[in-house]
Amino acid sequence: MSIMGTRVRRVEDPVFLTRGATYTDDLTDERLSGALHLTFVRSPMAHARITGVDTTAAREAPGVVAVITADEMDLEPTKHFPAVPDAMARPWLAKDTVRFVGEPVAAVLTEHAYQGEDAAELVEVDYDPLPAVTTLKQALADETLLFPEAGTNLAVAFGGEDEFSDDLFADCEVVVTQEIVNQRVAAAPLETRGAAAAWGEDGRVTLFASTQNAQQTKGEVAGWLGVDPGLVHVITPDVGGGFGAKIGADPEFALVAWLARHVGRPVRWNESRSENMTGMLQGRAQLQTITIGGNRDGKVLAYRLDVLADAGAYPRIGVALPTFTRMMAGGVYDIPKVETRARVLVTNTTSTGAYRGAGRPEATAAIERAIDLFAAEIGKDVAEVRKLNVPPPDAFPYTNKGGAQYDSGEYAKAIDTVLEAAGYQGLRAEQKARRERGEVLQLGIGLSCFVEITAGGMTAEDATVEVHPDGTVTVLTGTSPHGQGHATAWAMLASEKLGIPVEKITVKHGDTDLIPKGIGTMGSRSLQTGGVAVYQAAGELADLAKQRAADLLEANVDDLEVADGAVRVAGTGTSITLAELAEKDQLRIESHWDGQMPSFPFGAHLAVVELDIESGKAVVDRILTIDDAGTILNPLLAEGQRHGGIAQGIAQALLEEVVYDADGNPLTATFADYGIPSAAELPSFTLLTMETPTHLNPIGAKGIGEAGTIGATPAVQSAVCDAVAHLGIRHIDMPATPLRVWTAINAAQNGSDA
Amino acid sequence: MTVKVEITVNGESTSADVEPRLLLAHYLRDQLGLKDTNVGCDTTSCGACTVLLDGESIKSCTVLAVQADQQSVTTMEGLSTDSDNLHPVPAAFRAEHGLQCGFCTPGMVMAAVSLLEENPKPTEKQVREGLEGNLCRCTGYHNIVRAVLAASGQDPDKAEGSEPDMVAPGFSTGSGA
Repeated sequence: MSIMGTRVRRVEDPVFLTRGATYTDDLTDERLSGALHLTFVRSPMAHARITGVDTTAAREAPGVVAVITADEMDLEPTKHFPAVPDAMARPWLAKDTVRFVGEPVAAVLTEHAYQGEDAAELVEVDYDPLPAVTTLKQALADETLLFPEAGTNLAVAFGGEDEFSDDLFADCEVVVTQEIVNQRVAAAPLETRGAAAAWGEDGRVTLFASTQNAQQTKGEVAGWLGVDPGLVHVITPDVGGGFGAKIGADPEFALVAWLARHVGRPVRWNESRSENMTGMLQGRAQLQTITIGGNRDGKVLAYRLDVLADAGAYPRIGVALPTFTRMMAGGVYDIPKVETRARVLVTNTTSTGAYRGAGRPEATAAIERAIDLFAAEIGKDVAEVRKLNVPPPDAFPYTNKGGAQYDSGEYAKAIDTVLEAAGYQGLRAEQKARRERGEVLQLGIGLSCFVEITAGGMTAEDATVEVHPDGTVTVLTGTSPHGQGHATAWAMLASEKLGIPVEKITVKHGDTDLIPKGIGTMGSRSLQTGGVAVYQAAGELADLAKQRAADLLEANVDDLEVADGAVRVAGTGTSITLAELAEKDQLRIESHWDGQMPSFPFGAHLAVVELDIESGKAVVDRILTIDDAGTILNPLLAEGQRHGGIAQGIAQALLEEVVYDADGNPLTATFADYGIPSAAELPSFTLLTMETPTHLNPIGAKGIGEAGTIGATPAVQSAVCDAVAHLGIRHIDMPATPLRVWTAINAAQNGSDA
Repeated sequence: MTVKVEITVNGESTSADVEPRLLLAHYLRDQLGLKDTNVGCDTTSCGACTVLLDGESIKSCTVLAVQADQQSVTTMEGLSTDSDNLHPVPAAFRAEHGLQCGFCTPGMVMAAVSLLEENPKPTEKQVREGLEGNLCRCTGYHNIVRAVLAASGQDPDKAEGSEPDMVAPGFSTGSGA
């Protein structure tokens, strides 16, 4: 019986549930014995000139081995995204100017961690404050420049002024426009950033790092240090969540390695939560202007999305993400004319990067709100308008106006499925009754339909599968799990081909000496790239075993089958185990898989909120979702990915927002201030099943990691707007906090704009 | 200045001369090498460091080692005899896929043990409110809640407050059917 599609429990868990996972800060590796602890002195100012740094007192504090400032560093400032002006390079430690609260200014190395906290307090830095740029509109005005030598706060522009035509909406009976905030949020993995480095006598550095891809980390750190990549060995222990914000190396990783070389001792760094909330890459942070036009019968004819995106102080990966937003702007809809533009600007805030969805949730949120606004304007039902504008199943593969080719999809069916499961007509009747009764608790119904790109841009991955003489199997993968359960899923894929139970299969990742090639885990890419590579390698290994067994068993290869860890002559009792074959000669296959094209999962979410119109508080009562990611390998794991994604989507819609005040002070720098939800803020989720396989790989799988977030965010936001629609409110920005909702209700009742 | 503490941890006597400011979490991690107990925030918000102190769940990042002197601490390492014989709560976490990255897990499991000690048959709402002090970024809590209900001997699909209101026949509810 095939193991594919079954609910195999995780092989990771017995260790995780007894002695626990081993994260970077848990390492007791002998290479790190005697390691110093690194504590950063970070800027408390968002934008200021540094007029003096005095480390005298700190150097004399107990346990201090070194205090390093920019003056002692020989690494040149570096750009962390190629296409931005050279002047936007980031120094490793701030020298003359600080550009965000949390920017490292000095590094303190101590024997013990607590001593570092004490000594860092003793480093005296004199700052001369400069005006802070904290909003995108301020940045666009260019009145205060973060990098005067660049002459602008514009880091990069995608699409120029001439991108927009004058007559885009000329044929439309109805045109609606709206400014929408897709607010900055924090990835907030429970494990903060951490790294540890030790240089060996061979001149190589071993860097242990909490990252989503060891191989990229190796390349980046080698480049930053200016050393041959062969001298850098990156090891990724267990990683306590990433959500996109741990893609690649952080600048601090290079500092850890540089400092270890500088002082000639191993160095460990494990940041605090407040450092994490001010220093780690943050996500979203777009200000969007949407314009949608169409006919009163519900047909959408034209759509325009104009994006201002926040790069933070030093442009990093976040700069690239609006390209995904542009590509996916039209969402699931077959809109004849779509125009988009994005301008990415620097502000005195933490840099932005990928966060679960990374560019696609921003596109989906915009178009889904646009469809709702259009439907409201023409007085039609939101589900009806959606179904009227999606391409039919026979239109696939379907090329959207952004140039993306959607491999497979059945959007109207996804919408109908959630509507039916939710009892949509009944919900609308209940909503109408509550409105008529003037109840305090109003019902809001939000619908979203989404398509997203997974394995975008990076469609290849390698895998190695080896059967050992003791009958166990080792799988090497270039993907980099941090909660996804690859140890289980990849073992299932090998087990399917070899008939060896998953308990005997060990999956290894995240060691660049052992696995030199790998792209890692991000963008919902792992199963359809690294997983398929394992499946392919295991299949090739089975073929190799059959060829070798043919001679030994004096049989025709075509008469052989691999099952239960052995090669058998079909219909006879004759067989030889894979272990026996491995004893005679190494039984190992390295394989490369390239799907060539990304896949496009899709789905529909329906959220029901109850909203207290006196307080403005909305609570998600139910959320029902279709997240069609093609063929499912392990429903247990796939559901887990959906659950987590849905929770983060609800959280962005209702709770989470990274807030800076006008001076650039972060107001959400701890978990006491930031709205990360607990179990009490969330409902259980209703997952509905739909599997439309992709033709792009032999297992039919698309990505599942980000779908929940992409679908849930607009569904919940729209549900909140819907709950107060009868009061004349069309749109409320995220997060739809009680204050924001109450303000909108109050404004509507007083006849002014929200 | 150091102070001598004697703390029974997972049934074994431990003792050390520690700084008065040493957090219990760091005593467990750094003095004893019990790395199960994770520290995820600075503000007693996340609960990753939850352990039992004389049977009561506490956040060990907010308790000094000296405050635990002459008392008894249980961490997740102390629950199960070995990985083949999991205590009912971690066993339920595995069965229901109540963990992903694993960072919140030791604290979440200990909070769940304490919750079930106080309320052996909680409703879904009571589980959610009871675990409010423990944050998880991966699971959306759905399967954690199911795991705690299952560990209490209840069928997570049928426990009070667990039934989806209206689900059309034939659809998965993510319940493992």
